[in-house]
Amino acid sequence: MTVAKPLPHDAAARHVDGSARYVDDIPVPAGTLHLCFGCARISRGRVTAVDLGPVRAAEGVIAVLTADDLPFDNDVAPVAHDEPLLSDGTVHYAGQPLFLVVAESHLQARRAARRAEISYEEETPILTVEQALAADSRFEEGPRVYGRGDVEAALATAPLVTEGEIEIGGQEHFYLEGQAALALPQEGGDMIVHASSQHPTEIQHKVADALGLPMHAVRVEVRRMGGGFGGKESQGNALAVACAVAARATGRPCKMRYDRDDDFTITGKRHPFVIRYRAGHDAEGRLLAVDFRQFAVCGWSQDLSLAVADRAMLHADNAYWIPTVRIESHRLKTNHQSHTAFRGFGGPQGMVGIERVLDHVAHRVGRDPAEVRRLNYYAEAEEGALSAPLGGSAASPPEDISAKKKDLQERRVTPYGQVVEDFILGGMTERLLETSGYHVRRARVAEWNARNEVIKRGLAFTPVKFGISFTLTHLNQAGALVHVYQDGSVALNHGGTEMGQGLFQKVAQVAAQVFGLPMAAVRITATDTAKVPNTSATAASSGSDLNGMAVRLACEEIAGRMAAFLAERHQAKPTEVRFRESRVEVGAESYSFAEAAKACWMGRVSLSATGYYRTPDISWDRIRGEGRPFFYFAYGAVVSEVAVDTLTGEYRILRADILHDAGSSLNPAIDRGQVEGGYVQGAGWLTTEELVWDDAGRLRTHAPSTYKIPAASDAPEVFEVNFWQAENRAETIHRSKAVGEPPLMLGISVLMALSDAVAACGPGYPALDAPATPERVLAAIRRVRGAA
Amino acid sequence: MTKVSMTVNGEAAEGEVEGRTLLVEFLREELGLTGTHVGCDTSQCGACVVHVDGKDVKACTIFALEAEGAEVRTIEGMANPDGSLNVIQQAFQDHHGLQCGFCTPGMVMSAAALLAENPKPSEHEIRDYLEGNICRCTGYHNIVKAIMAASGQDVSRIAAE
Repeated sequence: MTVAKPLPHDAAARHVDGSARYVDDIPVPAGTLHLCFGCARISRGRVTAVDLGPVRAAEGVIAVLTADDLPFDNDVAPVAHDEPLLSDGTVHYAGQPLFLVVAESHLQARRAARRAEISYEEETPILTVEQALAADSRFEEGPRVYGRGDVEAALATAPLVTEGEIEIGGQEHFYLEGQAALALPQEGGDMIVHASSQHPTEIQHKVADALGLPMHAVRVEVRRMGGGFGGKESQGNALAVACAVAARATGRPCKMRYDRDDDFTITGKRHPFVIRYRAGHDAEGRLLAVDFRQFAVCGWSQDLSLAVADRAMLHADNAYWIPTVRIESHRLKTNHQSHTAFRGFGGPQGMVGIERVLDHVAHRVGRDPAEVRRLNYYAEAEEGALSAPLGGSAASPPEDISAKKKDLQERRVTPYGQVVEDFILGGMTERLLETSGYHVRRARVAEWNARNEVIKRGLAFTPVKFGISFTLTHLNQAGALVHVYQDGSVALNHGGTEMGQGLFQKVAQVAAQVFGLPMAAVRITATDTAKVPNTSATAASSGSDLNGMAVRLACEEIAGRMAAFLAERHQAKPTEVRFRESRVEVGAESYSFAEAAKACWMGRVSLSATGYYRTPDISWDRIRGEGRPFFYFAYGAVVSEVAVDTLTGEYRILRADILHDAGSSLNPAIDRGQVEGGYVQGAGWLTTEELVWDDAGRLRTHAPSTYKIPAASDAPEVFEVNFWQAENRAETIHRSKAVGEPPLMLGISVLMALSDAVAACGPGYPALDAPATPERVLAAIRRVRGAA
Repeated sequence: MTKVSMTVNGEAAEGEVEGRTLLVEFLREELGLTGTHVGCDTSQCGACVVHVDGKDVKACTIFALEAEGAEVRTIEGMANPDGSLNVIQQAFQDHHGLQCGFCTPGMVMSAAALLAENPKPSEHEIRDYLEGNICRCTGYHNIVKAIMAASGQDVSRIAAE
């Protein structure tokens, strides 16, 4: 058995001795050139005059390219064809690439790029939600609206209405390895590209268009990334296309890696949001109606913003059944970097919105927020439920049964019409509140806060329900290519990319399992568009679900052929052939796997197969906001405790208790790493990671010196992570669940715990915006005290 | 261009560099030792930590010429003499102290420097020492655990598999 084992990352040994290669580590041919963009210094306007003479004259410069020098398509957009590689003269954000320097060294290219003399005619940039709304600057014709029922009527009759607004900041990916690409020109005009990319097929597509070639003339290889987090889904296109264009122009290999400041300045981030809410509820905190208005700051080009904003709408409910609900989503076009995918893809922002509502409502009605959350849960799935989430007494008279069933069924329907068939948070919450000692600690925190004036503590429980599948239904497909060689060794390839999440190892475990082989027999190979074509980005947490299935199908195809051949040879049935412990058994006969492979080869049996998988049972109409966009949901639950210094606003996370649902995990060690890392990354987003653009639209936090990534001492010292032991109800690979994105949203509990601590300082509601930096926490403390 | 010579991983190394050439550029581009990574270019992230005369130094914050005559050790020189992983490297693998791996060489080098001066650090001391090493993937828990384990301390309390 190789599946379900806590094996280390496939490249762990190479990572610890420094031999794992990233794009910038690949030995390059002599004569390789290095690239750097010259970028706009203003955020909106037109270029009126350009003098590139000093750039061309700089030491080491081989060529300088502008939009006019591009031979074919000047576009690097993933969807809308609205993102020129090099500006046509219009400037949409400070940092937009205007020209491309090709030089003998990385440093020479960078130094030369600074020497351009450029004059601009500046226009007033659109930098805030208000400015964008006033100018009607948006993507799509108007807001999208999903929901059900008459919200205005329901709010009008609700016993209580709680209103508010939360500002949610963006987030820089800060993949440790910055964006990088290397293009190697081939005979006949073909191009090989090595890219640090989550989406090799899109790189191939954009490079082909930029070179005026069919896709078959471009091969893209990705062995690994030094982190992606969504930031390498589309943002690597520009580097790969620049390298390919420059390689074509010079006939020499070209490499580009962004200096970290350039990376911050040029690439998009997690979308900042403003969410306004009006929630109708009763005195217990039971939600009756919620009206959300979500404002997504998308930046200058569309990129993936529509799908991101859709997913924010699809997670505006999180784990809660809202009887009457309206979600209005505005996708605002602004003069910022083009905001893009980031772990959770809009889901986290939508979820912060509803968690804020519940925190606010609980404060209003004076109840424990955990209880208010549970009160509003979707109905628990039927079998395997540990507790009924509904309030009220257990015993019901018989005549109520069908009515109750109908009520339960109604309590499973999301605002977009999908029935939540697998809701397990009732049971998970029960368990976590118990194992984390929530109720005892709630009393202790209250006691501490009553006795201490300066340091206040806060405790919060939050759940996560995250929908799994790409909401663009056609992306839910994957391919694999598997070879068995005559010596019994196996080469494995699929469309997924490795960015640290352990996908390659999990999928290799699936392959080894089919053949009954040890891991060492399976060679993991770099993602390669020439091996598996037309792949989707490794995104939406779908990597192991999709590629694991495709690989299993390919392996089963080969194993099936081997079994049929060996069965015939021994007058057995193919179903009696067993692959286990590196052997193939046919009745009383037993071959080593290598002997079996060789026998099959000699018997002229093909030992190579492709596998193809598409997710079943999904359909989605994103305009109407109806359908079944998700194959299933992944769940998580967390209790976080913080301590806040009320004199400075500084805080620490004291403890986190997590119960996470990874189904039947393919690799519990790798999944645990995703949960721990996701929590800290989510907490960083909502606490210390503050992006600051100045009034001219220039990003002022463009390095880790000014943008605070969590460090080792910021993570909680007491960190209890456990898994909910239950298989996925949906038929996924070995009944596992996707685990890449969902844990990020466990970090929301830290924001809510800070809210709880601040609320202990005075009677007002803290209404903390995110990130809740110490400055914001201090301001909130003053606010709640002022409310006295 | 100036001639520079130093000992890198026990072997004599020399080359011609400009005054502004950083040690990390010399190691990566002249010597091909690409295990030392450039993460942030500005001495924040710690992916480029190496040892210079036994001290941990961010190789992007020192000129190659400043290491003239020094004993430099990089991640490529950390394995045991027989080529097997050393105790810190092994612990990072065994305790899953890495994901994307890009910060890992710097983490291993910092951990080695810490353990050289403090063979049994507390969890708190480890977290403090790593303040100049950013990891974006792991949440640090398994890194701290790996360093505790490498120092021969019981990590069962820190969480199981």
